[in-house]
Amino acid sequence: MANIPENLRYTKDHEWVAVDGDTASLGITDYAQHSLGDVVYIDLPRVGDKFGAHEAFGSVESVKAVSEIFTPIAGEVIEVNDGLNDTPEKVNADPYGEAWFVKVKMDNPGEADALLSGEEYEEYLSNNG
Amino acid sequence: MRYIPNSPEERAEMLAAIGLKSADELFRSIPKDVQLGRALQITEPLSEPEVIGSLETLAAKNTAAAKPSFLGAGVYSHFSPTIVDHLIQRSEFFTSYTPYQPEISQGTLQYIFEFQTLICQLTGMEVANASMYDGSTAMAEAYLMAQRVTRRDKIIVADTVHPEYRAVARTYTQHGDAEIVPIGFDETTGRLGSLEGLDEKTAAVVIQSPNFFGCIEDVAAIAEQAHAVGSLLVVVVTEAISFGLLRSPGSCGADIVVGEGQSFGVPMSFGGPHVGLFATREKFVRQMPGRLCGIAYDKDGNRGFVLTLSTREQHIRREKATSNICTNQGLIALAATIYLETMGKKGIHEVAMQNAQKAAYASRKIAGTDGFEIAFSAPKFNEFVVRGRKPATEILRALRENAGIIGGLALSKYYPDRENDLLVCVTETNNRQQIDKLAEALIAANRR
Repeated sequence: MANIPENLRYTKDHEWVAVDGDTASLGITDYAQHSLGDVVYIDLPRVGDKFGAHEAFGSVESVKAVSEIFTPIAGEVIEVNDGLNDTPEKVNADPYGEAWFVKVKMDNPGEADALLSGEEYEEYLSNNG
Repeated sequence: MRYIPNSPEERAEMLAAIGLKSADELFRSIPKDVQLGRALQITEPLSEPEVIGSLETLAAKNTAAAKPSFLGAGVYSHFSPTIVDHLIQRSEFFTSYTPYQPEISQGTLQYIFEFQTLICQLTGMEVANASMYDGSTAMAEAYLMAQRVTRRDKIIVADTVHPEYRAVARTYTQHGDAEIVPIGFDETTGRLGSLEGLDEKTAAVVIQSPNFFGCIEDVAAIAEQAHAVGSLLVVVVTEAISFGLLRSPGSCGADIVVGEGQSFGVPMSFGGPHVGLFATREKFVRQMPGRLCGIAYDKDGNRGFVLTLSTREQHIRREKATSNICTNQGLIALAATIYLETMGKKGIHEVAMQNAQKAAYASRKIAGTDGFEIAFSAPKFNEFVVRGRKPATEILRALRENAGIIGGLALSKYYPDRENDLLVCVTETNNRQQIDKLAEALIAANRR
């Protein structure tokens, strides 16, 4: 059963969002890393890049596939986890902790409230997984 | 797959199985008004001797192939050791396709890996791909790669880069965001002029060395200027034999090296097939276009070769791929690999020395004649520009008709205001008698 921390918000594209004031941290869920297999590379944006809601902001590459990653909320990238590509296996080992991808300053801080809760994501997975 | 035609009986059997009487009925869904409705107007079938005779007649029209030639300008006459043709005609090499299944293509993948390694060694770069179509498209792809890497759109291109390469790159980039800014050259030296327009919006500076006029650029100095504003330096090499003598572009600070590998034992073939070279720094490898072969180890620790970093390519990344190329010039890259491995480091250096020395002899001889001078003072490799007092096209005609020599390229073909300039190339295939005859014929042509 995939790990789904209670304090985060989720999307149907298997991203997680951690909200802290008007800053959001983004990453991919345990379910996503498990489906992808061993991650070898993460293509991340640069600080200062701006994205609208549901836009692709990068991609995750595993030994068998490459998947785009979407930001569920609009905002500007203020921090990028640059070191992640030195140890891409962290995405598999610690998807919610050390393997955060970017921190975004949200255009509309309330946007994250519309995302799935841990329970809703869990239900989504059991119906669609 | 067999290449044996089906017999009439086999065809009748197939037609009967699908309920048709003739092969023509297969096309009945095509409207009659767009069908040709008649037989193609070609000759009757010919016997083997008749076919051979007919092709020999065609080939004989290429009278230039039998004359001493001083023509370069992007495609070069070099000697190809017999072993190259002998090996590439082995059916395992000659008929094989792209190595999609590594388990049955280790031979192909190994030579691709050797080719990539040799190109890295020659260019002084860290990673090279399995080859592009030719030098011109390799250069065009370098523009696009520089845009991706720097996220900038301005490309500064020297006017002394091969004009046809620049035309191809324009075709590639015309509907995208690239802003191409030309830079002129110094009339005295023949080298790149000042880098006007180089700024923090520049993705790349693109130069050719030796350039189209045969002049060797100060690559290191240009690299420094480009890097100072965060721009990449792309170095184009059309005459690959020059790697045997000149400092590698990589050691001078190039970020991307592209070029043409035809000089490595590949026939001129009226323009192709040739082989594009593409090499860059390891940190840019994920933005590099083209096929890439890597080494891997199986679970028993045995070494093998495999196409790798495929996520750059369109069959995985679609419109976000680094390029739409999904092939390489396998057989031609193999020919170049065999040539390089036959000649070895010393051999390549020796060939390059012969080119440089013979060209120096020729240019000194011509400079000493009355009526001609050598334009541009920069150091040269195996090409130089001769300036006369008459249109170069007239001089070339006289050389061809009266002395039976292909003298070179009239620069006015690409630089309309340079009517009296002639680009001459001298390689190891030109001997002293031919060069002396060229000088005499130039003098004679001037007199008429």
